[in-house]
Amino acid sequence: MSSLTEIRWHGRGGQGAKTAALLLADVAFQTGKYVQGFPEYGPERMGAPITAYNRISDTRIRVHSNIYAPDYVVVVDESLLEAVDVTSGLKKEGGILINTEKTKEEVLPHLKGYEGKVFLIDARKVSMETIGRYFPNTPLLAAIVKVAGIMDEETFLREMRASFAHKFASKPEVIDGNMKALEMALKEVHG
Amino acid sequence: MAKRDRLSGNEAVAIALRQINPDVFPAFPITPSTEIPQYFASYVANGLVDTEFITVESEHSSMSAAIGASAAGARSLTATSSCGLAYMWEELYIAASNRLPLALALVNRALSGPININCDHSDSMGARDAGWIQIYAENNQEAYDNMAQAYRISEHEDVRLPIMICQDGFITSHAVENMELLEDGEVKSFVGEYNPEEYLLNADSPMAVGPYSITDYYMEAKRNQAEGMKNVSRVVLEVAKEFAELSGREYGLFEEYRLEDAEYAVVIIGSAAGTTKDAIDLLREKGEKVGMLKIRLYRPFPAEEIAEALRNVKAIAVMDRAESYTNHGGPLGADVMAALFRAKSQALAVNYIYGLGGRDVRVEDMEGVFETLRQIDRDGDAGEMYRYLGVRE
Repeated sequence: MSSLTEIRWHGRGGQGAKTAALLLADVAFQTGKYVQGFPEYGPERMGAPITAYNRISDTRIRVHSNIYAPDYVVVVDESLLEAVDVTSGLKKEGGILINTEKTKEEVLPHLKGYEGKVFLIDARKVSMETIGRYFPNTPLLAAIVKVAGIMDEETFLREMRASFAHKFASKPEVIDGNMKALEMALKEVHG
Repeated sequence: MAKRDRLSGNEAVAIALRQINPDVFPAFPITPSTEIPQYFASYVANGLVDTEFITVESEHSSMSAAIGASAAGARSLTATSSCGLAYMWEELYIAASNRLPLALALVNRALSGPININCDHSDSMGARDAGWIQIYAENNQEAYDNMAQAYRISEHEDVRLPIMICQDGFITSHAVENMELLEDGEVKSFVGEYNPEEYLLNADSPMAVGPYSITDYYMEAKRNQAEGMKNVSRVVLEVAKEFAELSGREYGLFEEYRLEDAEYAVVIIGSAAGTTKDAIDLLREKGEKVGMLKIRLYRPFPAEEIAEALRNVKAIAVMDRAESYTNHGGPLGADVMAALFRAKSQALAVNYIYGLGGRDVRVEDMEGVFETLRQIDRDGDAGEMYRYLGVRE
């Protein structure tokens, strides 16, 4: 992995793409990295396409622009495959991670000939089986950490448990479900 | 001991305020500054501060209440953005003319219209003549550090003027970045107790604040404000020196980045300075002598010092994240050009309007600006001095 990894998230307002980007920044920070996690807001409304970004680096990050040539793209909502040019600028050495129940053959025609790796996960299935409600960002967070090689799985799960313990201090009953979602996502994501 | 953390710019400023524990914080929400009073309200609810937190019905009222509290003898502040600042306009001048030391955590956002929630500097640039001290930040660390230094400058006996601590809306306010926090006790003792000399609640020394001033006295009052402003640069540097001893982080009136031997320089304010540093490093690797002057203190404007720092530069691009509709450039451009003129500078200079309404600024954009500077130096002519960067014509 080169010193700087850039990730672009495509989601719809209300799905937690921004939260996922902030959580990824958080967990990468815990392992000693320099991080940025930030949203790009269009119209502030549920369902509108939104973009969020991550930079993860071994050295201090000074640039404050959006990301145009990401190493990885995460598509939180597969309906965006037709609405947004999700592979724009995406490096072919990197990859795209898509939340879908479809097969790779079904998804590929929407990727405009993207030559890099394609990873799929059915985040709805993972989320419903573990959390009991549809929160796609938790499984996608685990999946991108794995496919982009941000850190090893053991470190990731340890740091996330600490992070959830802090975040959900007032409702500890949801911690186990979220941890199960991460663990299941690490197994479910496939190329 | 400094603590490493990763925070959004809004949370960083809110934490600085928690550590300062001001007396009064009246607040009204507006994007992108809303999180500052939102975080702070949780500190109040959790008993981490004993600040009087007042939820008011508008920004006109939040600034009015901050002024009233300051006049009464309290350390006060509020936070806002964009149209919220516009709605405070009348009060900004009241705060400054009454020589009230209070703080405004400003998260820069474009003024309407068209309505837009993203960053530019049109809100604070419009308020540049209101008599407030204005300090800007490149990143979350600087926003936090500037807030920690704010009251020491504003309350200084040779200054006694309100202070605006500015950061870029969304670009830093909503971006999580690495930074270092000071210990609560370190900030508390650095900022110190506020002991105003004169204040309304002092029954032993009755006074009036903000009375009518007839023609006979109005001009003396304004001259008096200017006297306070004259002392700001010195105090900013004194406070920065003490802050460096505490934090190890050095601040000045502005930052010079690889400017010492630079032939071409960019003068810029805010978050795009970080992007410009990356462009400069790339060009330096190719042997190009390029540098940057990043404004920290914009009001008062350290004109002589800036002209001196730019004395050996052949060509300069002044970057304005706000329009001024003069047909020849923006507010920073006018200030820098005037400074260069007074210093009898022979440098060629252009003034760009960029980043309005959150228009993104990339490393490539800033490389392009330096390319333009090379070009006008070759031509020996600045050509059109009033330019737009990254706009569709």
